[in-house]
Amino acid sequence: MGLTNEHIKQRLTEKFGDQLINFEEPYGMLTFEAPRELNLKVLNFLYDDEELKFRFMTDLCAVHYPDNKGKELAVVYHLHNLVDNCRIRFKVFAPVEQPDVYTATGLFSAANWMERETYDFYGVNFVGHPNLKRILNVEEMDYFPLRKEFPLEDQSRVDKDDEMFGRG
Amino acid sequence: MSEQHIKLPEGSIEKTTTTLNLGPTHPATHGVFQNILELDGERIVSTEQTVGYIHRAFEKLAERRPLFQITPITDRLNYCSSPLNNMGWHMTCEKLLGIKTPKRVDYLRVIIMELARISDHLICNSIVGVDAGAYTGFLYVMQYRELIYEIYEEICGSRLTTNIGRIGGFERNFNDIAFQKLEKFLKEYPGVLKEFENLFQRNRIFMDRTKLTGAISAERALNYGFTGPNLRAAGVDYDVRVHSPYSSYEDFQFNIPVGTTGDNYDRWMVRSREMWESLSILEQAWHKIQDFEGAEADVFHADVPEYFLPEKKDVYTKMEALIWHFKIIMGETKIPAGEVYHSIEAANGELGYYLISDGGRTPYRLHFRRPCFIYYQAYEELTKGGMLSDAIMTMSSLNLIAGELDA
Repeated sequence: MGLTNEHIKQRLTEKFGDQLINFEEPYGMLTFEAPRELNLKVLNFLYDDEELKFRFMTDLCAVHYPDNKGKELAVVYHLHNLVDNCRIRFKVFAPVEQPDVYTATGLFSAANWMERETYDFYGVNFVGHPNLKRILNVEEMDYFPLRKEFPLEDQSRVDKDDEMFGRG
Repeated sequence: MSEQHIKLPEGSIEKTTTTLNLGPTHPATHGVFQNILELDGERIVSTEQTVGYIHRAFEKLAERRPLFQITPITDRLNYCSSPLNNMGWHMTCEKLLGIKTPKRVDYLRVIIMELARISDHLICNSIVGVDAGAYTGFLYVMQYRELIYEIYEEICGSRLTTNIGRIGGFERNFNDIAFQKLEKFLKEYPGVLKEFENLFQRNRIFMDRTKLTGAISAERALNYGFTGPNLRAAGVDYDVRVHSPYSSYEDFQFNIPVGTTGDNYDRWMVRSREMWESLSILEQAWHKIQDFEGAEADVFHADVPEYFLPEKKDVYTKMEALIWHFKIIMGETKIPAGEVYHSIEAANGELGYYLISDGGRTPYRLHFRRPCFIYYQAYEELTKGGMLSDAIMTMSSLNLIAGELDA
C-alpha cells in the first residue's frame, strides 16, 4: 500500500506541471483531465514510473457532451495498479468535428477492442490503431449511435402498429 | 462443359491454406460467435473473431431508463449468472446514492452471489468436458444447477433472467423453503462436486486434451486485461472480492486458487477449486445469517424509503408507501450528480459499471466493463499454431458468454 491519491497527484504535477487539470476525487477515485495530445505521455508515465506502476487497463470508454463546445467527446481511461491496489481515472477531450486521439494499443493489448468499440459508438478516431473498424455494429453503418443527437424512439408514439407486442 | 464449371476466386488454386467459418451458429461454439479460421491442415494459421451478433444497445437503452429499470438489462449480460450482475448494479446505484446496507442484506447477497458463481462455473466446466467428449458430467451436474435455480425462484420468482433484489436490499425476505433448499444444497453438493471432479481431474484423456493448450503467460494475460479465473489460472492472484471488498466480503475467510501455466487445464482447475471456496463462503454466510436475532433477523433492505421500492401491498394500504412508490416511479426522487465506477467479481472476471449521473432521472452515461469482451481479443494469440480441436476447447474454457460479449 502506501500509494495515496495526493502522492499520485504530486508525482503527476512534478512531471507535467499545470497541463493536467481538474483534479477531483469522486467516490474516492482520483480523476483528472489531460490535453489530448498528451494522453500517451500520461499513460506511459503512469505505466513506467517506478512508484506509480499503473499497468492494468481496466476500462476505456467515451462520453458525449454536446453542449461542451470544442470538447464534445471525452475518452475516459480507468487504470489499476494491482500491486498497491489503487485505481485512477483520467479523461481527454476531443472536438466532435475532428476527434483524433492517439491509440493506447502499443501499451495495452486490451485497448484494441475497447478502442474499436469506442470508435464504433462515438466515432473517436484513434490515430495509429492497427485495425480501427466497427466491432459490434454492422460495417455499413454511417453514424455513431451513442452520440446524444440520436434519441431513442419516443415511447408515446401512436403511428406504429405494435399490438402484437403489448403496446397497442 | 467448361462453361458450366464453378468459377473459383482468383488465387484459390494456388492457396495452400483453408478458410473455415466456425460459427456464428455452430454447435461447438455454444453461443453466437463467428471465427474465421485460416487452417493449414488442422493447424490454425490465423483467427479473426467477429462479434456483435446479439448486440442490443444496452448502453443506449440505459440512458432512458430510471435506475431500477436497468436491473433487467443487466440480467441479460452474463445470463449464466444473472444474480451477480443484478447485485453489482444495485451496489453501483447504492454507491452513487450513498446507501449503506445492513449486514444481513450483505450476507444474503453473498449467498445469492456465490450460488450464482457456482452455477456459472458448473456450466463452464461441464461444457469443457462436453467439448472433450465427456457428456456425463454435464448431465449430472444439471440437477444441482436446477436446485440453485429453485432457490432463486423462491426468492424472486424467476430462474434465468432473475431481476433479483432492489436498490437497498431485496424485494422480500427469504422464505423458509429457500433456506431449506440452501441447506439441502450445502449437504448434497460437496459429494456431487467431488464425483464431478473425479470424472475429469486425473482423467488421462482429459488431461492430454487440455494441458498446454490455449496457454497464456501472466504478463500477456495482464496486458490483455484478463480478470477472474482466466487471469488467476495464469498465476495472478487478483480477485475483486479481496482487493476491493464489497457486500461485506471482508467478513469471510476464503482462499484464492491460482494456476501456473494459464492453459485450459489450469482454467478448469481454478474454477473447480473456486467452487469449493464458494461452498465454504456459503456455509459461513448461512451461519452468520442464523446468528441474527430479534428484529435484526427480519431485515432484508436498508431503511431508505426514497429509493427502495415499497412492497405492493403497502402501496395499497399505507400513505407513506404510496407516496414513495409514486415518487420513485415518476422519477421525483433526487439522484445526486456524479460519476462512479464500481466493480464486482463476476463469474468470469471483473464486471464493472461506470455510471455518470447528471442529477436527472436516468443515467447520463452507463458503460459496462464486460470481462469477456475484453479477454476474447486474446483468442487469436491463444489458438495460433494449435490444433482446431484445441481451439474449440479454448473457447469454452474461456467462459465466453455471447450476451455479455455483445451487450
